[in-house]
Amino acid sequence: MTTLRAALRGRSELGVCALLLAVGVLVLTDALTMDSVASVRGPVGPRTVPVLVGGALLVVALVLAVDVLRGPTGPTAPPADEENPAPLAAESGTAEADTAKAATAEDGPAPGPTKAGTAEQPEAGEEPGTSAEAPRADGTAADGAGVPHDWRTVALLTGVFLAFAALIEPLGFPVAGALLFWGSAYTLGSRTHAFTRDPLIAAVLSVVTYAVFHTLLGVALPGGPLMGVL
Amino acid sequence: MDSLGSLMDGFGTALTPLNLLWAAVGVLLGTAIGVLPGIGPAMAVALLLPVTYGLDPTGAFIMFAGIYYGGMFGGSTTSILLNTPGESAAVIAAMEGNPMAKAGRGPQALAAAAIGHFAGGMIGTVLLVVLAPTVADLAVDIGAPDYFAIMVLAFIAVTSVLGSSRVRGFASLLIGLTLGLVGLDQMTGQQRLTFGSLQLSDGIDVVIVAVGLFAIGEALWVAARLRHDGGPGAGIPLSRPWLGRDELRRTWKPWLRGPVIGFPFGAIPAGGAEIPTFLSYITEKRLSRHRKEFGKGAIEGVAGPESAASASAAGTLVSMLTLGLPTTAVAAVMLAAFQQYGIQPGPLLFEREPDLVWGLIASLFVGMVMLLLLNLPLAPLWARLLRIPRPYLYAGILFFAAVGAYAVGGEAFDVVLLLVIGLLGLLMRRYGLPVLPAIIGVILGPSAEQQLRRALQISDGSVSGLVDTPFAVTVYAVIALVLLWPWLRRALPRRLRPAPGASRDPGPPDTP
Repeated sequence: MTTLRAALRGRSELGVCALLLAVGVLVLTDALTMDSVASVRGPVGPRTVPVLVGGALLVVALVLAVDVLRGPTGPTAPPADEENPAPLAAESGTAEADTAKAATAEDGPAPGPTKAGTAEQPEAGEEPGTSAEAPRADGTAADGAGVPHDWRTVALLTGVFLAFAALIEPLGFPVAGALLFWGSAYTLGSRTHAFTRDPLIAAVLSVVTYAVFHTLLGVALPGGPLMGVL
Repeated sequence: MDSLGSLMDGFGTALTPLNLLWAAVGVLLGTAIGVLPGIGPAMAVALLLPVTYGLDPTGAFIMFAGIYYGGMFGGSTTSILLNTPGESAAVIAAMEGNPMAKAGRGPQALAAAAIGHFAGGMIGTVLLVVLAPTVADLAVDIGAPDYFAIMVLAFIAVTSVLGSSRVRGFASLLIGLTLGLVGLDQMTGQQRLTFGSLQLSDGIDVVIVAVGLFAIGEALWVAARLRHDGGPGAGIPLSRPWLGRDELRRTWKPWLRGPVIGFPFGAIPAGGAEIPTFLSYITEKRLSRHRKEFGKGAIEGVAGPESAASASAAGTLVSMLTLGLPTTAVAAVMLAAFQQYGIQPGPLLFEREPDLVWGLIASLFVGMVMLLLLNLPLAPLWARLLRIPRPYLYAGILFFAAVGAYAVGGEAFDVVLLLVIGLLGLLMRRYGLPVLPAIIGVILGPSAEQQLRRALQISDGSVSGLVDTPFAVTVYAVIALVLLWPWLRRALPRRLRPAPGASRDPGPPDTP
């Protein structure tokens, strides 16, 4: 059991294999369950290529799995979790961030930043990274090599983005867009001006973009109730 | 002669005040976006695609040409000043340019890069004018089996030549092909992978895939590591770029040699400017009288590769315009833009849309002149853009990507789709799957399928119908060569060891 776990550590790339496998199965199922159409012209129907692609996906998933299990090869040699025992799961990332926040507890945001709809806002301040990570912050960032990842930020950005998708039609682009910019900047660690300069930049950017697209480029973005008033 | 006359007509199109304006806007926007750290021309073009939606095709492509060249120039500016190349082609510029900038010779490095871009682009575009109509004439006769073979070659080349792992390249390609399958089957109207969703039955817009994989994927990837990266670059003092007489003496030959290397590589599907810039660098190093300076800021090492990169962009356009075959990510996005307007690049493009094609080519010349005239004086301004705080930068990328996705069809669903594909792009970056094969797969997949089915329809289902032209057979032979190359290379030197270097060309196998 422990050996299995040890073997799996640093091999999160197997998740990619699983994903490829799943997609392959999906494509094959979709192709094989397709209703046959009477109007098929020629010997090759709409099924052939999906079957080929699906089959190839299965093969590639297996080959990649062998490649990963055989050892640390490939462009992303074993990810950071070799040195940093914390697995890449989101929950542990959260826990880590919280402890870091407790330790540093500096200019965190005002308690419970409530911004309509923009998912839950991050509570952690700009945690400067755990000591294990610091030495490798050399900025060169060779793709995928050895830098621990901040999946919490990614999850929060995803939330902000989904909120934008949900709000663009009811609130209109200027408001939703401003929220998107502000929320992203905040999530990405812009704290110093979070409630002074940032909202201003977000609003100006959003309104100007709206105006440029609407008037100069002729691309319709929803104005929302706000633009209805103006 | 004929093409010269058409080119003159093209200049007539490109030099109208409105189109001149679009070219200028394109150059400025392209440079502004390209100069931002970590953003290469492909991402610049993808992000700025929606800006062109409101324009007529000619204006849009003229603007595009400006964005492309502007983005390349902006990218090398960033590489030189900050050592953060936005794409692989700019890596070489950083190798010599950044030491120069650190030694206080930034203005000279930027000037060498700018003029190199100009020279390479000019020579490359002249070659484009000369060659493209001929290639198009030859290509008119090729049929469905040949097209299918070329597309297979593009798939194989892009997965095999680039990156260090073929499996990952193929995985990426298959992801792209899968995304390309979504929607109604072009020939029968059969729903594929739509899961009953109305929005998916139109297929996934290529723009959303490109912006998602490039822009969102990159922004999320950076976000995942932002706090471990250094902050924005410290203020870079910069004056206007210029070159002294001594530097001119050292750079004019590299400027002229670059295109010779860059142009042919751009035209074949071998990963765009990556290989030619590297080859140009090696060449200049070998030929230079200042060989010791290489690695510490040799100006030849900036001038040659930049010129090669720019010329390879022109080479890219040859295969893109005449065959509809994108060889780089930028070309792939441009092809998507053509399709957006219902225009299919290919041999017939020169006959059907002469105004557009020649206007586009003429505007390449116009764009390059503008680039030189605008960017040399404006360089200090561009350098100031490098001080934008990272959170704003990536929030801005997310913002504009979302705008772009929404503008495609005016549906919030597309924004969600963009996010999903962006997360996929993040995953691919995390595990070293190259992005380019996926883009090529999405764009070429559907047309490859159509050509395949057409070819088999003609041959009545017999597979021999795919290989019954000499052209197709040749292409498949090249594909076999590319596929077997790692083994061939291992086998060859052993046999030829007595004569080292006889066949040990570091480059990929030549394609005709």
